[in-house]
Amino acid sequence: MTNEFGSMRRADVEGASRAAAEGVIDAARRQGMEDVAVATIGSPVGDLLVAGTRRGLVRVAYPDERPDLVIEDLAEALSPRVLEDPRALDLVRRQLEEYFEGRRDRFEVRLDWALAPSGFSRKVLEATARIPFGSVSTYGEMAKRAGSPRAARAAGNALHDNPIPIVVPCHRVIPSTGGIGKYGGSEWRKEFLLRLEGALTG
Amino acid sequence: MAPGVKAVSRRGRLGTFNQTMALPPFATFLEEHRVPVYRFLLASVGPGDADDCFQETFLAALRAYPKLRDESNLRAWVLTIATRKAIDHGRARARRAVPVRELPERPTNEEADGDPELWRAVRALPERQRAAVVHRYVLDLPYADVARALGCSEEAARASAYEGRKKLRAMRELEHLGGKR
Repeated sequence: MTNEFGSMRRADVEGASRAAAEGVIDAARRQGMEDVAVATIGSPVGDLLVAGTRRGLVRVAYPDERPDLVIEDLAEALSPRVLEDPRALDLVRRQLEEYFEGRRDRFEVRLDWALAPSGFSRKVLEATARIPFGSVSTYGEMAKRAGSPRAARAAGNALHDNPIPIVVPCHRVIPSTGGIGKYGGSEWRKEFLLRLEGALTG
Repeated sequence: MAPGVKAVSRRGRLGTFNQTMALPPFATFLEEHRVPVYRFLLASVGPGDADDCFQETFLAALRAYPKLRDESNLRAWVLTIATRKAIDHGRARARRAVPVRELPERPTNEEADGDPELWRAVRALPERQRAAVVHRYVLDLPYADVARALGCSEEAARASAYEGRKKLRAMRELEHLGGKR
């Protein structure tokens, strides 16, 4: 449309609107309207998309799952009030950075299990969260601790669907028959994490 | 990792309880509409108050967001909220106004390289005409959306935009006849 309003249409509002949008996010957080905060955190195993709720860390996603789809899924599964808010996830960011620099052997963040199915799977993940840094366990052992000693395969499935990898260390669970086994986030990452923790040598 | 999570929400997407298009995450909504909303507010309330109105607009949207149903035109929806905020803002300012001689408004980057007289003239229009003019001629919205934002009929929206533009031309002619400000 050509008219005398060209200068108003062309006015550069990119920077000003971006700054104003950040103000909206700060205010939303303060007013308790931020149901889910998401941020991207760089790491040696790729850019991690992390998400938190008021209850705690709810999701860590590897870049193989497209971040935009992960955010859509969070909106559907939890609440459409998802905001990109790195400041809300500062604690998680710091701890992940320390972990990858070899300066942290346990995470001290609250967890929100909203995306972990309740029942057996959840019990498996909770048992996994207690495996200490530097050691490993087996699918069979996790199944046993979750109350079904013969359900090693089901335990493997639950771990494959872990919504909070790294922090809930499903990489520390390996087959009793040898090898490092499978990993939802690609096997090379599992190997990397186990070496980082000194659980795998050679 | 995600397969489990995805399975849950994909089911939701295809399931019976969610026939309409899923609402985008608010982060996406904010990113998609921040520029036109800011442009509208800058033109209608000016650089000094655009930030406040912008924040009020998107916080109101965020408050209402989870209950939003069957909304296919999110752009029109958020511009409707922005229009209400701009009109409320104009009224509040009119109530506060103290009749002193007109102070020169501070020039801004947005105006400096454009046409500062036009920006001032637009802001001098009555609220509804101003909103109609900005929606129609600055944001290029169709009249159906202008009407929606103003909460009136399409005919009334056309009339407001027409009247506003006519008044602007008259103001500008006066300015030019007067030579300079």
